[in-house]
Amino acid sequence: MPRLYVLTQTHTLSLSTAKVFSFVNLIDSKSLTKPHTLQVFRPPLMAVPVDTITKPTPASSTSTLRFAFGNVLAFFILLLIGVLAFSIRLFSVIKYESVIHEFDPYFNYRVTQFLTKNGIYDFWNWFDDRTWYPLGRVIGGTVYPGLTLTAGTIWKVLQSLNIPLSVETVCVFTAPVFSAFAAWATYLLTKEVKGTGAGLTAAVLLAMVPSYISRSVAGSYDNEAVAIFALIFTFYLYIKTLNTGSLFYATLNSISYFYMVCSWGGYTFIINLIPMHVLLCIVTGRYSSRLYIAYAPLVVLGTLLAALVPVVGFNAVMTSEHFASFLVFIVIHVVALAYYIKGILSPKMFKVAATLVVSVGLVVCCAVVAVLVAVVASSPTKGWSGRSLSLLDPTYASKYIPIIASVSEHQPPTWPSYFMDINVLAFLVPAGIIACFSPLSDASAFVILYLVMSVYFSGVMVRLMLVLAPAACIMSGIALSEAFDVFTRSIKFYISSLSESLQTDAGDIVSGNSASPQNDAIKTDKREDSLKERPSRKNKKKDKEIVEKPSVKSKIEKRPLVLPVEASFFALFLTVLLGAFYVVHSVWAAAEAYSAPSIVLTSHSHDGLHVFDDFREAYAWLSHNTEVDDKVASWWDYGYQTTAMANRTVIVDNNTWNNTHIATVGTAMSSPEKAAWEIFNSLDVKYVLVVFGGLVGYPSDDINKFLWMVRIGGGVFPHIKEPDYLRDGQYRIDSQATPTMLNSLMYKLSYFRFVETDGGKGYDRVRRTEIGKKYFKLTHFEEVFTTHHWMVRIYKLKPQKNRIRGKTKKSRSKSSSATPTSGTKKNPWH
Amino acid sequence: MFRRLGSILLLLREKTKVNMEVFEARSRSTLILSILVLLSLSFRSSSSLSSSPSELQILSAERRIDLASHIIRVVLNLKVQNDGESPASNVLLAFPPSQVKHLSLIQASELAGKKKKKSLQPLDVKPSDHADGPNGAKFFSISLRNPLSTGGSVSIEVSYILTQSLEPFPVEISQSEPQLVLYRDGALILSPYAIKQQTTVIRTPTTKVESFTRVEPSTQMRTELKYGPYQDQPPFSYAPILVHFENNNPFAVVEELVREIEISHWGYLQITEHYKLVHNGARHKGGFSRVEYQSRPSISGVSSFKHLLARLPPRVHSVYYRDNIGNISTSHLRTSYSKSELEIEPRYPLLGGWKATFVIGYVLPLQDFLFESDDGKRYLNFSFGCPIAETVVNKITNKVVLPEGSKNPFAVVPFSVERHAETSYSYLDIVGRPVVVLEKENVVPEHNSLFQVYYDFHPMFMLAEPLMLTSVFFFLFVAAVAYLHMDISIRK
Repeated sequence: MPRLYVLTQTHTLSLSTAKVFSFVNLIDSKSLTKPHTLQVFRPPLMAVPVDTITKPTPASSTSTLRFAFGNVLAFFILLLIGVLAFSIRLFSVIKYESVIHEFDPYFNYRVTQFLTKNGIYDFWNWFDDRTWYPLGRVIGGTVYPGLTLTAGTIWKVLQSLNIPLSVETVCVFTAPVFSAFAAWATYLLTKEVKGTGAGLTAAVLLAMVPSYISRSVAGSYDNEAVAIFALIFTFYLYIKTLNTGSLFYATLNSISYFYMVCSWGGYTFIINLIPMHVLLCIVTGRYSSRLYIAYAPLVVLGTLLAALVPVVGFNAVMTSEHFASFLVFIVIHVVALAYYIKGILSPKMFKVAATLVVSVGLVVCCAVVAVLVAVVASSPTKGWSGRSLSLLDPTYASKYIPIIASVSEHQPPTWPSYFMDINVLAFLVPAGIIACFSPLSDASAFVILYLVMSVYFSGVMVRLMLVLAPAACIMSGIALSEAFDVFTRSIKFYISSLSESLQTDAGDIVSGNSASPQNDAIKTDKREDSLKERPSRKNKKKDKEIVEKPSVKSKIEKRPLVLPVEASFFALFLTVLLGAFYVVHSVWAAAEAYSAPSIVLTSHSHDGLHVFDDFREAYAWLSHNTEVDDKVASWWDYGYQTTAMANRTVIVDNNTWNNTHIATVGTAMSSPEKAAWEIFNSLDVKYVLVVFGGLVGYPSDDINKFLWMVRIGGGVFPHIKEPDYLRDGQYRIDSQATPTMLNSLMYKLSYFRFVETDGGKGYDRVRRTEIGKKYFKLTHFEEVFTTHHWMVRIYKLKPQKNRIRGKTKKSRSKSSSATPTSGTKKNPWH
Repeated sequence: MFRRLGSILLLLREKTKVNMEVFEARSRSTLILSILVLLSLSFRSSSSLSSSPSELQILSAERRIDLASHIIRVVLNLKVQNDGESPASNVLLAFPPSQVKHLSLIQASELAGKKKKKSLQPLDVKPSDHADGPNGAKFFSISLRNPLSTGGSVSIEVSYILTQSLEPFPVEISQSEPQLVLYRDGALILSPYAIKQQTTVIRTPTTKVESFTRVEPSTQMRTELKYGPYQDQPPFSYAPILVHFENNNPFAVVEELVREIEISHWGYLQITEHYKLVHNGARHKGGFSRVEYQSRPSISGVSSFKHLLARLPPRVHSVYYRDNIGNISTSHLRTSYSKSELEIEPRYPLLGGWKATFVIGYVLPLQDFLFESDDGKRYLNFSFGCPIAETVVNKITNKVVLPEGSKNPFAVVPFSVERHAETSYSYLDIVGRPVVVLEKENVVPEHNSLFQVYYDFHPMFMLAEPLMLTSVFFFLFVAAVAYLHMDISIRK
């Protein structure tokens, strides 16, 4: 271990000159600590110390063979990690079925279907008229195409090999495949930072980190699934370029960044994080030509490539999210120039030149900054998108944009969700940070920066926990790997010292013993161990630098920090226990918490498994029994599913790009029946779909979301006022509810004839109360379909009634079923 | 004169169809009847024109029409006598053009032997190339096993099946109404021969018969309507009747069924069936109230159906039931030694006019269905029709996908089908698999008979894909080894 830092340096040097791809070289150069680290982690699920540590120190002749063996072993471990990452995400397919999950994935699936059917050019030009009626949506220009193109390409390749997988199957399994890739990318990144052992540990942690599992189970066909891979891989290539100074990797880095831009809006995280790191390096005096190579091509090529993606386009140079990178781009050039001039001038001349340049440069900078500020300030949001602003100011969304605040995944996370999503990694991360500081390299500084930023972002939005997960895995991988290093080394030292004492070499034993008293106070807790051993290792390194240089190779084994052998064994055991706990938790999370596709619900009761398949029942009914051009209105949550599964035109969907349109639907749902009918009729709506959980106790139904409809509707149409729906600030639907609430369309559509299901009580199982208004009739809507468990109810707008003067009410109700010939005529006395 | 009257008759029949008030107004229907009597008189005069078939005469005819489900099964017992001079080898059956359209299956057999040792000898029935009869009546000709000598007689049992001949009336019903249908036929058996004595018995599913045309003597006995006996009717006698009755049986019609039967010589038969199902009864009108449907199933939505029963071969496994948005969780499979039953429930109950699409797939062991014939050919022996009970299939397409490398496929089907060949590609195919496509329209459960597809196949082809994969990986590794042993750097 002590030689690790030095060796890393040499190997990076050798890499820049020798063949870049040679895996053997890498292993050769780092050597000493690795073989046993590998064997410790051989089984991917549980770390068990293997008795190979009892082997004597390898002679140099046999070492090559061992490294080759380690190589092969590392390869197979990686393969197994890939298999693990893939298969842990298959619970959803095994427990439920191979189906697309949730909401957004249905849109992605529909886009992929379009792509595979119509080809790439039609895809770019796709104007979707089945959503946001009557506005439509330009899909090709507003969608991040990375995921779609990836799955479409996979499908095409399989098709050309005559493997008849359906588009749906490919989409379902894209996410697990890419999580295997992400695990491998994590290995590469961590290996660049701290070596193979840490890499493998981090990869295995990432393969089953619950946070990432929640976004990438089979069927969760969402941007994040491929974006996390792209994110990690981009970081890896950046670090690789930083370590090697190779322009080849710099180019690859830009391409990888391009893929990330294609995949997810979170690419701004990369384009802000890397400049921050560059700035950090410059400020701390770590500027090098490698840093320049790593950064400058990324900005130039990356920005050009990013601008190619239609959804980004000129935003790549015009929005504030990207300005940091340009600023740092200027800074790094100034710094490069300064270093260059410093090199060619004498120190005295340089001082003179510096004062000159700084004074001129300041003026120019001020001018540029002033222009920038003016440009930025001219836009109302200061050039930031709403979601970015809510990241910078966590209270922004809840104050100004209810539509962002209404999404549950945009809420700040709670503490338990950290434990749920990254589990023991949360405790290992600090240890990892400390390990990264000893020694601090460019790469480890980057990882620390990444962690800090992602911790902040995850604190703002629960959704961004996903960005934190890889950072936490890398840190924990480093921490675990270092801890294992120390424990196994001390055990190994103990054994070798035993054998040496038999050979009566007393002097070494003394030096070995001198190290151990220092660590008598080792705590049994593993984490404290890893925390503790690092400072002492630092001391030891200092010792090494002073003393060790002349010493022979065999003595290296005795210098490092050595713990008492019992403590080592115990700590090792505890570490393994911790890992086992993590594995158990992750498997539980994958199997129980994150595998439900949310379109099919199940419940276990005493008489077996109940399946609630109401959503698909309703969508299938819509798709087969309504006209193909009928418009269906529902709250925006169900827009993507309706277009994808029922193939019907919707008014609003999960894209939420037009707040006014959503507010219109919200207003209609909050209005009394007649007003709502008029709004829907003006939108050409034929069917209204509501989700109702009161009969079976499904809590995320429309009644529970209703206040958001009121809020969003009221934000645009002021006659909808939230207090009208609340009784003393409380939201209730029982007899205490306000008349506005009881007369709203949403209430009526949800509870129409509900009272007849339980003999006159009307007990709502979600709200746990009897409903307020039990018997009422609908005059402008007609129930056309209700699913088996009443979870989805579909109503049809009744056609406008004929108004025949002088007829009685009876005859009018009869004529309502007749053709509305004079329906368009307005009665002036109405 | 005949043609003119015929056109009047047609006009009037059109009128009865379009404007049902005619049906209800008694006075007008008597008018029709009087015209019909006139018409039958005209038939008598014209019958001498079609001279050759009239050599025969039918001594007695008995027809039983079963209207219990939406598939109408008719059994016709004829006793034919040859009055002519020359022996007759064919017996003609006549059908009105409206029935020919819906005629799905027609079979005839000869009753031989005395009462105790009765045996049925199947006879060949095919559409006759005879010129159309009066009013476009179509003929089917039964080839007798032995030509009927002068004065001899023979008993023939004809059974035929009509589909989609029950016309819902009213056309649209609401959820609480029962489904009423109309059935049109003639009280007299349409025949090119004179019939001495005939009766027709119509069986309805329930006793609820709203009305039926009376052609004396006609009686109603619980679920049976009896017309006749009528004596000495001339050829082409016709007396239209209309039966209006309640029929709440599921009118399950598969608009299109595509079955893919894929043979794998690795030991299984993979069957995938794509259904487009529709409830073809009276259309549902107005809203659908789930609370009524669930709480009062006996009076609410009585004509709707929730379940379908598919009879699959025994030893079936890996059964799935899904549609294009995923698995449909409401199905039950019961397997036994002799048969397997798959009870499927569409996602939602089908009311009149509602549609549903779904896919059923299952795997069968190959040894139950694939055999080797004496000349070394292999043949598949499989059932043709739709496995779902009591359904009509408007169009069925059976695609038999033979393994890659099989040659000279041909199909043997017991009834006429449209056939052509295709090629399909799946799992690493290079030359593609030959597909025998057999199409047929208007298929009823009685078409579930076996058909055979013969083909030549060399077992070596089974190894093609494994060998291909092995060699690909082999060359991959060889390439990797070669790459590692080569120095391709530019700088030495």
